[in-house]
Amino acid sequence: MTKSSFSNIQSEYLALIDQNKCVRCKRCIQNCGWGTYSFGGDKIISDHSKCVACGRCYTYCPEGAISIVKNPTIIRENANWKEGLIKNIWRQSETGGIVISGMGTTFKYKKYFDHILLDACQVTNPSIDPLREPMELRTYLGKKPSRLDIDIDVNGEPVLKSKMPPQIELQTPFVFGAMSYGSISLNAQKAMALAARALGIVMNTGEGGLHDDLVPFGKNIIVQVASGRFGVHRDYLNSGVAVEIKIGQGAKPGIGGHLPGEKIGVDISRTRMIPVGTDAISPAPHHDIYSIEDLRQLIYAVKEATGYEKPVSVKVAAVHNIAAIVSGIVRAGADIVYIDGYTGGTGAAPNIIKDHVGIPIEIALAQVDERLREEGIRSEASIIAAGSIRSSADAIKAIALGADAVAIGTAALIVMGCHVCGKCNTGNCSWGITTQRPELVRRLDPEVYGERLYNLISAWSHEIQEVLGAMGVNSIDSLRGSRERLRGVELTDAELKALGIKHAGL
Amino acid sequence: MITIDASGMHYKELNQLIREGIEKGIKKFFLENVNGQYYIGDGIKGDDVVINVNGVPGNDLGAFMDGPTLIINGNAQDNIGNTMNAGKILIKGDAGDVVGYGMRGGKIYILGNAGYRVGIHMKGYNEQMPIIIIGGKVGSFFAEYMAGGIIVLLGLNDSDEFDSEYFASGMHGGTIYLRKKIDFSKYSKEVELYEADEKDMDFLKKYLVDYADSFNIALEGITDKPFYKIMPSSARPYAHLYTSA
Repeated sequence: MTKSSFSNIQSEYLALIDQNKCVRCKRCIQNCGWGTYSFGGDKIISDHSKCVACGRCYTYCPEGAISIVKNPTIIRENANWKEGLIKNIWRQSETGGIVISGMGTTFKYKKYFDHILLDACQVTNPSIDPLREPMELRTYLGKKPSRLDIDIDVNGEPVLKSKMPPQIELQTPFVFGAMSYGSISLNAQKAMALAARALGIVMNTGEGGLHDDLVPFGKNIIVQVASGRFGVHRDYLNSGVAVEIKIGQGAKPGIGGHLPGEKIGVDISRTRMIPVGTDAISPAPHHDIYSIEDLRQLIYAVKEATGYEKPVSVKVAAVHNIAAIVSGIVRAGADIVYIDGYTGGTGAAPNIIKDHVGIPIEIALAQVDERLREEGIRSEASIIAAGSIRSSADAIKAIALGADAVAIGTAALIVMGCHVCGKCNTGNCSWGITTQRPELVRRLDPEVYGERLYNLISAWSHEIQEVLGAMGVNSIDSLRGSRERLRGVELTDAELKALGIKHAGL
Repeated sequence: MITIDASGMHYKELNQLIREGIEKGIKKFFLENVNGQYYIGDGIKGDDVVINVNGVPGNDLGAFMDGPTLIINGNAQDNIGNTMNAGKILIKGDAGDVVGYGMRGGKIYILGNAGYRVGIHMKGYNEQMPIIIIGGKVGSFFAEYMAGGIIVLLGLNDSDEFDSEYFASGMHGGTIYLRKKIDFSKYSKEVELYEADEKDMDFLKKYLVDYADSFNIALEGITDKPFYKIMPSSARPYAHLYTSA
């Protein structure tokens, strides 16, 4: 089709400059990755159509002269024909393309975490003050033995005879979710690596290989193997504390990914081990995995390649039959199962998938935990829950629903300045996070944001300790899968049943 | 040199013996009575290590392998050379499905036929150029998502017909050489067919000589017919598929 330059889509935001306050320092021109601002001889001019409300310009405007407002020019309100739908029709009729964006779904589905309340002690059992008493958050991820054999040594002391399967030791039940070098910048990965090391937790390479600069952080890294097998080789598998086989992602269950060729520069090419400028295509399935038996084969191929010294994690998206799927994954030999809910983030995914496919992590977790317990295999693998963990409250509720630990991705990017504009796919991120443009990446200081990530996870960990204390337990282990400590509000019987929790008051 | 009798042995034990042997500096291994043991050569390293296999090795032969040579004196099963980085695998018989998945370097030579999904997402990188040469024919979904490297499909048996479906769909890098043409309607829309010229044949010659020598067959019986080559039309097959929200 011939393309007309005329578009029906008007600017979503207006970048307004108070010319009385503006001192023409041009910082906004420099800071905006989108090219919204230019200098018009005597003043800054805005091209509103380019603004995505990423928040970079007004954050760095020394005079507070910029305000970003929603374009007051309306598309006539209609609860059925919503603005987003109309705009997508225009967008697709103008380009013929599949609509894609970054981050998780923007749809307003019910957020179950917000309808779950936690228990606390009153009178009949004492609460604990975590500031004065020990409160254990340390978490081990991996297969736990179903029995322990103990020997008595010459001094009459008991010694563990059973060999423990390999574990990842976390000082607090958080991990950083998988975000590849390519989808995010190396500096963003470095910030997470620094924070993970300081916190005693782990980050995850995603399917982008391991950059040389991150090799020293191996003790705090999970390396990922996905369908494109980018950057995967023998030494890579052995360079982290665990290997994750990625089957699916909450934002895009059942589909693969394309890192467009224009983002494959020299450095990414080296890390992914593919030529400069070619599309990095991750097929939708692993074409060597068409069954649970095939998954078992890859799990053990990885275990053989790593001498059975690393736990193997399998990451899946939460979909309708998740409980049966995870049961199969555990029986296939996974040491960790990472379940990603439908509100999870992405560097780029078709909106049709992001907005309409998958199920909530809360329900997936409850169902999986229940199923694995029924089958007597819950201790065979640890569970990581992900898919927009937005606060320590979400984290603690996820753990009570059955997770061993939670993963954070979007929250970690918000620490680095992300305003969740959802334009990660364009590679223009003004914050230097989801971009490979050197002038933008340079502004993200890994030391500064590594420290802020450390602060966030420390604060959330303290909050979890407070809540545990209030519940009268002194270790996170005592809360795992303890759905009795949860109650639901504003939920139907079907929802309560799916979550495996009682209604408040019962 | 070491000979291991694999009869009745679990793959874990067998592969442990191989790994320990390599650590001790053993260069030549003879595995006897192999009967379906998985993961032989998985993740092993060492350019001068040679493992001779008598019997039928199981799935994931040479997965993640980085240098050694595996010589299989018979048929082999599925997932040969999965994500292999370097080395050489010789199959003196037929191979199963999914040969060379995500393979980045090294060589896989198959004397007979191979199954479905051969060379999926094979990729080259810098001086690493993976190569698969198949003496017979292949099943469907051949060279899907192929991103780099070379696959040569010989069809040495005159009765071999290339009747596989979904040939090279999503191919965006690398080259396929054919000693026989297949029905053009079975190619993906993303590839083009050319007649191999003198330059191509010069380039291929050293691999074909190596292949013929490996199996002790006459080079003339391979180069007696014209070759064709298939290359992707674009390194960016999906560049115009999307529009940003």
